[in-house]
Amino acid sequence: MTPAGSQANRELPRDTLFYNARVVDPAQDIDMHGGVLVQKGAVAAIEENLTEAPEGTELVDCGGKLVCPGLIDMRVFTGEPGAEHRETLASASRAAAAGGVTTMICMPDTDPVIDDIALVDYFMRRARDTAIVRLKTMAAITRGLRGKEMTEIGLLSAAGAVGFTDGRNTITNSQVMRNAMTYARDFDAVIAHHTEDPDLKGNGVMNEGETSARLGLTGIPIEAETVIVERDLHLADLTSSRYHAAQVSAEKSLDAITRAKNRGVSVTCGISINHLCLNEHDVGGYRTFLKMSPPLRAEADRAAMVQGVSDGLIDIIVSSHDPQDVETKRHPFAEAADGAVGLETLLAAALRLVHSGDCDLKDVLACMTSNPAALLGLETGNLKPGSPADLILVDADAPWAVEERDLRSRSKNTPFEGDRFLGRVLRTMVAGRTIYE
Amino acid sequence: MASTKTNASNRYPHKHLLGIEELSDSDVNILLDLAEKQVRVGRLAEKKSSILRGRTQINLFFEASTRTQSSFEIAGKRLGADVMNMSVSSSSVKKGETLLDTAATLNAMNPDILVVRHQSAGAVHLLAQKVECAVVNAGDGAHEHPTQALLDALTIRRHKGGLGQLTVAICGDVRHSRVARSNILLLNLMGARVRVVAPSTLLPPAVERLGVEVFTNMRDGLAGADIIMMLRLQQERMQGTLTPSVREYFRYYGLDEEKLSHASPDALVMHPGPMNRGVEIESSVADGPASLIREQVEMGVAVRMAVLETLGKVPS
Repeated sequence: MTPAGSQANRELPRDTLFYNARVVDPAQDIDMHGGVLVQKGAVAAIEENLTEAPEGTELVDCGGKLVCPGLIDMRVFTGEPGAEHRETLASASRAAAAGGVTTMICMPDTDPVIDDIALVDYFMRRARDTAIVRLKTMAAITRGLRGKEMTEIGLLSAAGAVGFTDGRNTITNSQVMRNAMTYARDFDAVIAHHTEDPDLKGNGVMNEGETSARLGLTGIPIEAETVIVERDLHLADLTSSRYHAAQVSAEKSLDAITRAKNRGVSVTCGISINHLCLNEHDVGGYRTFLKMSPPLRAEADRAAMVQGVSDGLIDIIVSSHDPQDVETKRHPFAEAADGAVGLETLLAAALRLVHSGDCDLKDVLACMTSNPAALLGLETGNLKPGSPADLILVDADAPWAVEERDLRSRSKNTPFEGDRFLGRVLRTMVAGRTIYE
Repeated sequence: MASTKTNASNRYPHKHLLGIEELSDSDVNILLDLAEKQVRVGRLAEKKSSILRGRTQINLFFEASTRTQSSFEIAGKRLGADVMNMSVSSSSVKKGETLLDTAATLNAMNPDILVVRHQSAGAVHLLAQKVECAVVNAGDGAHEHPTQALLDALTIRRHKGGLGQLTVAICGDVRHSRVARSNILLLNLMGARVRVVAPSTLLPPAVERLGVEVFTNMRDGLAGADIIMMLRLQQERMQGTLTPSVREYFRYYGLDEEKLSHASPDALVMHPGPMNRGVEIESSVADGPASLIREQVEMGVAVRMAVLETLGKVPS
């Protein structure tokens, strides 16, 4: 296999007109029939009756299919550096391109942990040299993700970290969290936090309730999430900092966040696509690919979270792409690692919410384009003239079934194995270059 | 309450010096005017007088200090007092004696002046209620360090002619600093404009209510400042608890030539010492032409002589 980035990235961007398309751009509140003209790697025009372009422009008749900004996936784990056998930046970026994700925000849970400016620099050079989509990294909030001493939030921001998170880890020491949030505010840095109290979680492996009781598995109560969410909201209020609950799973968490928002606290929240499409019953046959943190919840919570997307209460939808290999997943359920891959299924799974009639397409796309861009201060995630031409052409009605062997990700731990979706990416463009077709 | 604080008799009206909080602007001027004379005395070959002859001064330090303690010791000796140093951290406290027991014991020895430093805010006030002699606060926790603020004021006054209308930026660990609190009080009392510059983790809550402008960006905080007061950052606060690291602290809050260039062209730099070179201040600034740091030490002795003379002369 050729090093992914090198060739694609050297190709010059080609002027292209996508016409006869359903153009959706949440950043501009656009959902219309029209066209998008790409020139010199940037969006040149987005108009209703755009059908003509200067000579030499590639003309793409979209046949009424969807053109929208490329997705920004705000929570992606890779194995680089440290576990390249699970996923490299290059392999993750190929999976992303196939899934319509043009910007990946990588988590600092690597080995070594991204908690130092030299590692941010390493990440950015590797991303530039090997990846075919845009890669940004968040840096750790605390050194070594140990939850004790804060990292150099100022220097790391200056080096290019787009936000701060302890990834899969929750900071349990409230004093550490307060100090980090207070300090981050001076640099206008976002703190994105995984909200699961490890002590209350204990040995739990799935949602606590009837299903866990029947399966004989130790449960994780909703409260493992809500106590941390509530605490963090109080601290965000106290410190006036920018706080993001990275992935919430329970209606009670969403209620608390909504109340805080209404009080004027600067807070946002995200959810993984898994928690919008799956519930605890899917764990049924002890399928370890459905073991994740937070655990899949009851159907009532899932439905409430879908409603939250529709109501605009949830800001971000992520894949929470977390490649795990045979050695971490081929175990009895309780002993298997958490995590599921999702870059390639993010869009198709999200379209389920639209096809089911639960959510409007524009609202769902906002959670994966304009909202993360606004939160992290990215210039992409929109089709405004002048913005980089990161966009995707999607047949939102094309049927397909998820087959493990077709996944581009190095790890195959998809929770959607064998599932049928409507919606495939036909073409992915980053800065005017077609990187997937 | 300003009128009751006005002191027309040109006499220091207090028994103790516990904090700047209790002082009026004329009290401050009385002490500074007297200190001015002591500066001249300190530069003579014959420095010793007999103003406090026969008086007993005890330096009671519950917290280790080299600079302040020796400054008070020299000041007392130059005035002719009998000076005794007690480092309590190494004796009675370890044997379980309480602060008030120590006070009662010392009181029974009939000292005239007690110079006290303690690690807990308010401890010196408590002690002052239990002894009959005059008490000088040489620093109580993160509360006050009045002689430091007075010596800083004297230093500034000698260079700028006064304190009113000056813009003073106090930079660094304001939260844990008694020097900062006393200086904020004194500078506000004398009509200066006070700014504090620090990361939010090193600012006390509601700091803006103390009558200061708050800056978390040092370049903004130094813009146009006439005086820059740097504060010491304790080692244990630069390892990830309140600030991430020395190099990050120095980058954003260390005073170097570049940041200094944002201040007024004739800005002067101060530091209560001991300095952490390369942490809160760069050597080229600490030793440069704008630095008053060594002069502050000299003014320290003069101010403490003025304080001891004033309190020692009050009949008990």
